[in-house]
Amino acid sequence: MTRRALLSDWLVPLAVFGVLALVPAAHISIPKLFDQPVASPGTLQLLAACLLFGGLALTYDLQFGFTGLLSFGHALYIAIGVYLSNVAITDWHWSFWQAVLFTMAVAFVLANVLGFVSMRVGGIAFAMVTLAFAQAGAVLALKDPHHWTHGEEGLGADYTKLPKAFVGILNTKNLYWLALAFLAFVFFVVRWAVESSPGRVWQAIRENEQRVEVLGMRPHVYKLQSFVLSSTLAAAGGVVYMLLYSGSTLAVTAPNFTLSLLLMVVIGGAGSRWGAVLGGILYTYLNDRLVAVGSSSAVGGLPAALRTPLEQPLFLLGAIFILIVFFLPGGLVGIASRGRPVGLRRLQEAIRPEHGLTAPQEDA
Amino acid sequence: MSTFILLTITGFGLGAMYFLIASGLSLIYGLMGVLNFAHGAFISVGSYGTWWFSAHVFDGIHSILLQWLLSSLVGLGLGAVFAGLVELVLIRPLYTRHMEQVLVTVGLSIAFVALIQGIWGTDPKTFPVPPWLHETTTIAGAHIPNDRWIEIATAAVVLCLLRLFLRRTRYGLIIRAGVENRAMVQALGIDVRRAFTVVFAIGGVAAAVAGVLSGVYFNDVSPDQGTNLLIFAFIVVVIGGLGSIGGSAAAATVVALTQQYTNYYASSGVGDMVVVLLLGLVLLARPRGLAGAVVGARA
Repeated sequence: MTRRALLSDWLVPLAVFGVLALVPAAHISIPKLFDQPVASPGTLQLLAACLLFGGLALTYDLQFGFTGLLSFGHALYIAIGVYLSNVAITDWHWSFWQAVLFTMAVAFVLANVLGFVSMRVGGIAFAMVTLAFAQAGAVLALKDPHHWTHGEEGLGADYTKLPKAFVGILNTKNLYWLALAFLAFVFFVVRWAVESSPGRVWQAIRENEQRVEVLGMRPHVYKLQSFVLSSTLAAAGGVVYMLLYSGSTLAVTAPNFTLSLLLMVVIGGAGSRWGAVLGGILYTYLNDRLVAVGSSSAVGGLPAALRTPLEQPLFLLGAIFILIVFFLPGGLVGIASRGRPVGLRRLQEAIRPEHGLTAPQEDA
Repeated sequence: MSTFILLTITGFGLGAMYFLIASGLSLIYGLMGVLNFAHGAFISVGSYGTWWFSAHVFDGIHSILLQWLLSSLVGLGLGAVFAGLVELVLIRPLYTRHMEQVLVTVGLSIAFVALIQGIWGTDPKTFPVPPWLHETTTIAGAHIPNDRWIEIATAAVVLCLLRLFLRRTRYGLIIRAGVENRAMVQALGIDVRRAFTVVFAIGGVAAAVAGVLSGVYFNDVSPDQGTNLLIFAFIVVVIGGLGSIGGSAAAATVVALTQQYTNYYASSGVGDMVVVLLLGLVLLARPRGLAGAVVGARA
């Protein structure tokens, strides 16, 4: 490893995460950015959500930006982390660690099985199939045949079974550190994975899958590796989500949940570790704070035609996303790319129609 | 027996909506290679357009049937114009950049649902329908709601019109040729891009029809109705084979009937799972969909 890679890939992130770890001890207020002091539970909860989604966006970027797999069903694995761990603790009265281990094992096996089936098709068809599997999970959580998930009510976690350090408002700072630890863990796992030799094959598949095949490798095996790693990490993030919100709600099963991860990754910069993390943090922060902007007096004085869109954070984020796709294909971190092809420009091959269902004409 | 008949006809009614959505998706994908996620928005333009016009513009008309027909026509027109504009403004500038095109439609669908929620709120709006549609016709002991017939008939008419258009008109010829080999059509000096706008507008109309019919079927319109229908339309498109109208029609019927039967005879929600299972099985057996194996059988 060169000295520069050591610095930029390990030491700089370590320093950044180290500084972030000190936030709960900082006795300051930033009036424009946060309503309450930074170390207050309310602000820490928001910051923890930002860090958690930074990590979740990065798990998605592992398969999307680094491997070229456009999945619309990533939410399924996050939802497994959120729901299965909670169901095991609250409905089956398992201990916390048993529940977590079981959840991770299920996510790993399911990612292998569903990944294998979905990869029978490529490109866009893969996206639709993953969406369908995620929808099956969403229906299961909603209809709740065994009275485990409690459908639309959501399932509050049995707090007596959770680790004491993560229960109660006073312990929000521990949840913040947990979210930060998850982000750092994902960050270094992704760094290690994409620079490993399979990781290089993933990136080669992103650029040109046929060429990888011609070189005598089997792209399917490598794509499945990336998919499984990404999905299992996402399930771990789901467990953190369950702890952070002390329960499970159907929001994590909705198709829009995966799409929001896609928005985060593209806004920050696809195929870039810092890009995905930045996108996740920024999106979560804006989604929370734009509601405040929408109800502020400055917006309230505008005519209805302008006010209505400004009151909807998702409308603004969707519009920002479209603008970024048009004008900044490298996302926010792509601004510093100096003309190199980055982000979406490297994903052109990933969903070429020839890889889809209408594919090869020669066997017609 | 009467329950079975009711389930079957209701299944065909639901399948009619799936087909209307899937046919547009399938044509757009077949010709342009774009998975149009904004199709849910086209559905909402149709349903909300119809609802708004019947509540605000045509509310003076006494005959509810006439009121409904007029506002539906406007809704369909809005669907076509909106879809055409989406193609011209958002899709065309990104020509051949498929990933960006798909992402733009994703962004549009999210922003559009948020906008509808902002303007009309998240609560469902009661959809205006002629009272006759709420009555039932008795067939072999089964009481069939009359709206099912409208849904089935409309889908049949759209299927026939689409086939006529694709078989008998010059644009249809270009579209069919483009689905099979776009590069060759371009090499022959034909500007395929104009056909893109046409295909989008057709998809927009079909989706708006589905929007109006879903308003009739569910009795109301809500912001996320479009997206929910879209997911099953995706399943239909994959099972039917991308780019095939006939495949979409067959798959829509199979999916909707399976859903109806299992949701009733097993338990609510099981039908949705079985459909996904069916998708998995089709993929394992025929990764290119039911109609995908025979290129010549398209359209």
